[in-house]
Parts: sequence; structure tokens; C-alpha cells
Amino acid sequence: MPIGIIVESAPGETRVAATPSTVAQLIQLGYEVVVERGAGAGSSFPDADYEAAGARLVSKKAAWASEIVLTVNAPSDAELGMLAKGAVLISWLSPGLNPQVVDKLVALPITALAVDAVPRISRAQSMDVLSSTANISGYRAVVEAANAFGRFFTGQVTAAGKVPPAKVLVAGVGVAGLAAIGAASSLGAIVRATDPRPEVAEQVSSIGGTYLPVEVGEKMESSDGYAKVTSEAYDKRAAELYSEQARDVDIIITTANIPGRAAPKLITAADVASMRSGSVIVDLAAANGGNVVGTVPGEKIVTPNGVTIIGYTDLARRLPAQASQLYGQNLVNLLKLLTPGKDGALVLDLEDVVQRAITVTRNGEKLWPPPAVQVSAAPAAAAAPVEAVTKTRRGIPRAVRIALTIAGILALFVVIAIAPPPLPQHITVFVLAIVIGFYVIGKVHHALHTPLMSVTNAISGIVVVGALVQIAVGDPLTRVLSVIAVLLTSINIFGGFAVTRRMLRMFSKG
Amino acid sequence: MFDSLATATVAIAGGAYIVAALLFILSLGGLSRHETARGGVVYGIIGMIIALAATVVLVIQRTDWLGIVLLVVAVAIGGSIGLWRAARVQMTGMPQFIALLHSFVGLAAVLIGWNGYLNDKGIAANLIGIHHAEVFIGVFIGAVTFTGSIIAFLKLSARMPSAPLVLPGRNALNLGALVVFVGLTVWFVITPVLGLLIAVTALALLLGLHLVASIGGGDMPVVVSMLNSYSGWAAAASGFLLDNDLLIVTGALVGSSGAFLSYIMCKAMNRSFLSVIAGGFGIEAPTKGVEETGEYHEISVADTAQLLADARSVIITPGFGMAVAQAQYPVAELARVLRARGIEVHFGIHPVAGRLPGHMNVLLAEAKVPYDIVLSMDEINDDFAHTSVVLVIGANDTVNPAAAEDPGSPIAGMPVLKVWEADEVIVFKRSMASGYAGVQNPLFYRDNARMLFGDAKDRVEEIVHELGRLSAATSGGASRTSA
Repeated sequence: MPIGIIVESAPGETRVAATPSTVAQLIQLGYEVVVERGAGAGSSFPDADYEAAGARLVSKKAAWASEIVLTVNAPSDAELGMLAKGAVLISWLSPGLNPQVVDKLVALPITALAVDAVPRISRAQSMDVLSSTANISGYRAVVEAANAFGRFFTGQVTAAGKVPPAKVLVAGVGVAGLAAIGAASSLGAIVRATDPRPEVAEQVSSIGGTYLPVEVGEKMESSDGYAKVTSEAYDKRAAELYSEQARDVDIIITTANIPGRAAPKLITAADVASMRSGSVIVDLAAANGGNVVGTVPGEKIVTPNGVTIIGYTDLARRLPAQASQLYGQNLVNLLKLLTPGKDGALVLDLEDVVQRAITVTRNGEKLWPPPAVQVSAAPAAAAAPVEAVTKTRRGIPRAVRIALTIAGILALFVVIAIAPPPLPQHITVFVLAIVIGFYVIGKVHHALHTPLMSVTNAISGIVVVGALVQIAVGDPLTRVLSVIAVLLTSINIFGGFAVTRRMLRMFSKG
Repeated sequence: MFDSLATATVAIAGGAYIVAALLFILSLGGLSRHETARGGVVYGIIGMIIALAATVVLVIQRTDWLGIVLLVVAVAIGGSIGLWRAARVQMTGMPQFIALLHSFVGLAAVLIGWNGYLNDKGIAANLIGIHHAEVFIGVFIGAVTFTGSIIAFLKLSARMPSAPLVLPGRNALNLGALVVFVGLTVWFVITPVLGLLIAVTALALLLGLHLVASIGGGDMPVVVSMLNSYSGWAAAASGFLLDNDLLIVTGALVGSSGAFLSYIMCKAMNRSFLSVIAGGFGIEAPTKGVEETGEYHEISVADTAQLLADARSVIITPGFGMAVAQAQYPVAELARVLRARGIEVHFGIHPVAGRLPGHMNVLLAEAKVPYDIVLSMDEINDDFAHTSVVLVIGANDTVNPAAAEDPGSPIAGMPVLKVWEADEVIVFKRSMASGYAGVQNPLFYRDNARMLFGDAKDRVEEIVHELGRLSAATSGGASRTSA
């Protein structure tokens, strides 16, 4: 089946749905790839590179008429009209946000797959275009901030004086937030981050940031992997935190997006007014209304007190080669899933949660919205199997155990009472030694299991004492047997101790 | 005069035995911590010397010159064989070496039991029945230990296939053998004839054989420590037979500590302790779990090196495969190189990694990995989630997420190293074959898992080399001033 790669017609779009390197991978999956001339121009991928990767260069019409069409943006009405009957359209359709797109697609005899609807389960991570894009946006946000910021990020002591490091606040630690923290801290800035989910604290510190918790008695975990709407008490405390930070930091990067809702307002007009002149705010939620009061989507503005607010909504497009490569790779991974035979035949399996989740229409049949998918890490799902396991571990009921213990003690009592001497004395010693043995090694360090075993082995060579005593007996057969026993146990004693010492010599503390 | 001297020696020997028993207790106690371990061995050696010296003095008084010569020759030969083998044995061959040593104790107990039967004159009439029962029990435990250890040795040294032998009605066979043993004991106490002793020896030898043959190679750590326990019980039985408290104390010490060690292992594998000491475990013939279909991703040596160079923290989880490939030295070198680059490196050791309790620790110690970066499963399991790269070297079942996530899996509930929580997992493996438990490992198909096929030793060496090249490139190339 041929795959068509087209020139994106959306205004300002620089990306392309496949790069020469992903084209090669598509061909390996058995597909034929046709590329509209000039498709990669905006991302600096010349036509010749596509040809070299094995694609065929075709006209716009031919590319759109392919059985499978990959695009970055939802096609325009004119473009939808060029699709062949039965074609498969794989694109960033945002069916949740744009119901009218779904309606248009249902009217056509095509199958439409929305890559941005891939569920957040670990298996589908390699196809998660939202993460790929967020990663790029977070990085680019720092670059934009650095560009607008009139100073260094890193602190330096130079011959011309001391330069203080820039302080960066990242609001919202999703993929974009983490990317921003990483990029800013590697430029040398002091980075702080806030997020309603306390479990991200480790992730923040792992890439060089400091997590600022919002101290209220409320925890937030999410079953679908995204942050939820927060409570009133939380919001109040968070607002105070943002006000404190706004007065202190040089750069604020906000990334708080809640799926299907307007972005929460985190930074008030008063906060912006309290920032120093020359400070920079990058609002990654600008497209959804912005986290900052005063953000103008798509624009860079400067407030009267000299704060630059960047509301670009096209941050990913500003890194077109990288964005295209990651998006293209996500699509390749998706097509791997859709091409089980690696034979260039696309098979849509609606039993598979990933494939079901992205299917908007199949041959004109409306399949949106899909049933909800729980993220695999959700605590509720994990609890059940654990419980089942602990139950199976208990083999013997408690009552039987107690009964057995009592029976054992009674039996011991009876044996010692009726046995002739010296047996009771031996049994006493025996029982006490068992208990001692149990406690003596109770807290053995895991690394010492082997040396312990070899030393107990050497010690159990003590049976040599028995054999030695028997050598004293005159009977020849007994002698032969006991000599063999002495010989064997001597191997044990000497070998066991020697090998233990050898092992222990190797253990060293570094 | 002579009599009083003899009595005095016996009394002194008794005192010496108590001192020796105390020293053995101190020895085991010392062995449970790194700081005191070497001292522990010294206690054990001193205890052994005291016990042997006292016994030899006793023997010299009672025997002729031939006895003394035989004694010296036997100890000299045995001792030199022991020292020679101990100095030569490979650290990777430690499991089979220890299994072989167990078999010696077992065989010695059998021989002592036989001698006890052959020399039962001069025993009080009311004790003769007990004496015969003791002979029987000692021979039985010794013989089971002997053949069991031999089979374990053969399996561990790959002279015998390690797959479990599955006979029909295996539990009935084991149980039947025990019942027959009890019956024979009663019979022997009533009419002590040689034929019965031969019969019980043969029975016990067969039982030991079957017991260990029916256990799969993956459960060998438990088997070895279980046999260790058995060898202790065999020594204790000899002590009862010979009226010797030192043997009883020592045997019971070794027996119970070995049993406790096995118990720890069992917990680590989520197996029932009772079914282990009864040899009835490993029964669950690998029922094919849900056939994991999916794709695994391969990674090259160069990419692995790059990944490691960029990592912040690395955990290495070795398994039996590392021992097989003799890769402990390159692995240690890799850890050193990474640490020199400022990367946090830890080793995560599963309690049953390898074929012997603590097997991996010994190998890593041999290669001079500092023991404070070698952590146990409990210590490290929560760290995987914020680890950049995990290297799984020759481990399979111990890192199988199915144990934690798939209640239907044959290894469900076994605690495992949660390597899959790390950012990236690199699995060193020869091929896509399943592990000892015969269970497919869904880890390999995870999106954050990468397979690096080939001999672990060669691959790790190549990575170390590649890392050297990388650092040469960065230091020789553009100047990287640190912030």
C-alpha cells in the first residue's frame, strides 16, 4: 500500500509528517512511499534526500490519492475531497476539541486515525505525539526566554565582575515542564518548579530543578496520567506561592494545560506587575487561553513595567526538523503496530486498546469517542493481583499451626520424660543448639550467604571427631570405613575454611 | 594410674568440646556481618583445632601405632586435597564445589553410622534399641545428603541436564520412602540385622537422588542451602549415635542455620518452606503463560555506551548469565569507568540470583567491586523508578514483571527487581530463550527495554572500550567549561 506524504497547507506550518529517515523505516515495513514535491522544505529536508531514502516524488494530487495519507494537521475541506475512497488518514485531528472535524470525517468513506488520541499507557509511549511535541515546546520555551532575556542564565565570576545566575520558575511539571527544567538548568539557571502532584518532586530534582510543594492537606493522583482541576484551598496557597516567586525570579515558564478545558490562570496581572523589568514569561498554554493574565496567543508583548510575555502557540514549529523527526518516528511506531505482518498491509484491530482509542471513523462509521482507557500504573488496577498473591501464600490455617506446635512440644516432653539417660541430656543440647543456630544467623547480610554456607560446611566437618574415635577400634572393616570418613571430612574442614577465607579476602569496601 | 589419666583426658576433652562449640557459635555469628566475618572464620578454625586436638589425644590413648599412622595419613591426604581444591576453585564454580563438600559430610555420616552398627558391643541393654534407631536415622540422613549433593553437584556443573525429572506420583514416592523408612526403623530396633541396614542405605540413597533430581536448576540456591542444612542434621545424628555433645551442638547449629537460610531463599521466591524441605517443590511444570507477542528492540554497543555516558545513575542487575559468561571482571571495570565519570552506579542483587545464595556477591567481590555499592533487592527496589539506565546482565526470571503483574504467571508473587521502572533497561542476552523457570519475560517487549544480544563478557568489554573512546573525544574536542 502506498503512503502519501503531503505539503502541509496550514498557515505557518513548517513541519512534515515524515523525514527521510522515517521514510526508510516505512519502506522497511513493506510500504511504498510517495512524497509531494517540497514537502520537507520547511523542515530543511530536500526532495533529493527523500528520493535517496527510497520515496517517489509526486504531485499534490497523487500524494493525496494514496491509500494511506500521513499529515501533521487536520486536512482542509479541499484536501479531504482529494482523499481516495477507502483511504486511511493518519493525522493530528484533535477530535476531542473539534467535534466539527469528526462530523466532516464521518461524511467521507475513509478511515481516520487521530494520533493525538493515543492513550497514555506505557506500551503506547513510543507513539505519543503529545509528549514528543511537549518535549520540543518545553525546550523551545527556554530558548525563546533566553533570547528575550537580556542576561546570562549561568552565574559567573569574571574579571569584569560577578554575574548572578538567572532564576527560572516552571509551573506545571508535565513533559513540557520537565523539558524546560532540563534545558534551563543545563544552561546554568537556578530552576524551581511547581505542580499539584507531589510525586513529580523526584523527577524535578532528577533533572536539576527544585520542587516547590504547595503545602495543603491534599494529594493528587490521576488515573489518566494528566493533572486534574485543583481544590480551592490548594489554589489559594498556590496563588500565594506564585506571587512570592514572581517577585523573586527572572523567568517564568507556565505549562499548565488541563485536557478539554481552558487553561487555569496561575499568574495574575498583579504578579506580572511585581516582576522586575527585563523579566520574561513564556506561556505554553497560550493556545488554551493562557496561564498568565495578559498573554496574547501567538504574540510576544512587553508590559508597561518591562516584562516580556511570550504567547507563541507554534513553539514546536519553530524547531521544524526536530519536530518532524519525532512526529515522523511516532507515526512509524504507530504503523509498526498497524502492520503486524510487516508486509505493507495496514490492519486495524479494534480489540487493541491503542488502536481503538485513535480510531475516529472506520470507512465512514463513526467510532468516536472511544471507551475510556485506564493508565496501567493506576493504583486501583494494581491492588487486586497483589491481594490475590498474598492470599495464596498462606498454606496452613492458623489453628492447624497452633495444634502442630502444641503437639510438637508435648512429643518433646514425653520423649525426654521416658527416654533413658543420656538421651534427655542430648536432646536438651540439641534443641538449644537449634534455637541458637536460628538466632545467630538471623540477620545475616545477603552478601555473606555463600561464605556463611562454606563456613558452616567446614564446621559440619566436625563429624570427623566421630570417625577419629572409631579409628581407635581394632576391627579392620571399621578402621577402613573410618579412615575413609576421616579423609572425606578433612577435605571438608580444610577446604571449607580455606575457601571461606579466600572469599572474604575479596570483599572490600570502596 | 592409667585409669585416672584416661578419666582426666576424657574430662579435659569434654571441656575442650564445650569451648569448641562456643567458638563455632561465635563463628556463625561473626559471619553474618562484613565487619566481623574474617574474625568469624578465625573463631571457627580455632574451635576446630581445639576439638581435633582433644579428640586426637583421646584416640592416641586408646589405639595402637597403626591407628595413629592411619589417622595422620588420612587427615594429611584429606587436608591437602581440601586446601588444593579450595585454592584452585573458580569463583563461578563455587556452587558445585560447596555441593560436593556437602556430599562428603553425608557420606561420612553414613560410614560412621555403619561403624556404629558394627561396633555395638558394650552398650547397656536398655540403650541398645535407641542406639540402633540412632544408627538408622544417621545413615538415612547421611545417605540422602550424599546422593542429593552429588546430583546437585552434577546439575550445577552442567554434567547433567538441569531440567527437573518428573516421575509420575513423585510426591507419593517421597512420602512412601519416608513411610518405609519409619517401618524399617521399627523393624531394625526389634531385629537388628545387616540386611535391613543395607536396605535403608539403598532406600535413602535413592530418595536423595530423586529429591534433588526432581528440582529444576532455577531453584538450586534453595537446594544448596537445604543440603547444607541436611549435612548439619546428619552430623547431629552422628552425635547422638556416638554420645558426643559437640557433634550434636554443631550439627544442630548448622542444620538450623541452613534451614533458616533456605527459609530466606524461599521467601525470596514466594515458595512454601515446607514443600521445599520435603523436596516437593518445582512441581509446577512450566505452564505456558500468556504467550507474549510483541516486538523487542535491539540496541548496538555504541548506542549503549552513549546511553550510559549520558546517564545520571545506573543500576546493574547481574544474574546467572554473568557467571556463565565469566563477565564479572569487565562488569566491574564498567562500573569503575562509569563511577569515574561521576555516574552513580549500584548493583542490585536478587536473593536467588545465580545458583547459590550470595553467588553474585562473591563474583563481584572477586572482581573488586566495593561491597557498599552492591545492594540487595529490598534496599534497591524503590530506586529503579528514578534510575536512568538499568543493565540486566544474564538475569531473566528475577527481573520478570510478570511475577508482579500477571497473577496467572507460574512465577506470580515472586518478588522481583523492578527494573522496568527505570528510564531505560538494557538486557544482555544470548538469545530470546526463556529463563530457568521456562516463563516468557514480557520485560523484553517493553518500550523502555532494549536487547543487546551476544556474549555478555564481549559486549561489556566493547562498551567499556567505547566509553573510553567517548571520553577521549570529549576531552580532546571542544573545550567544555563547567558551569
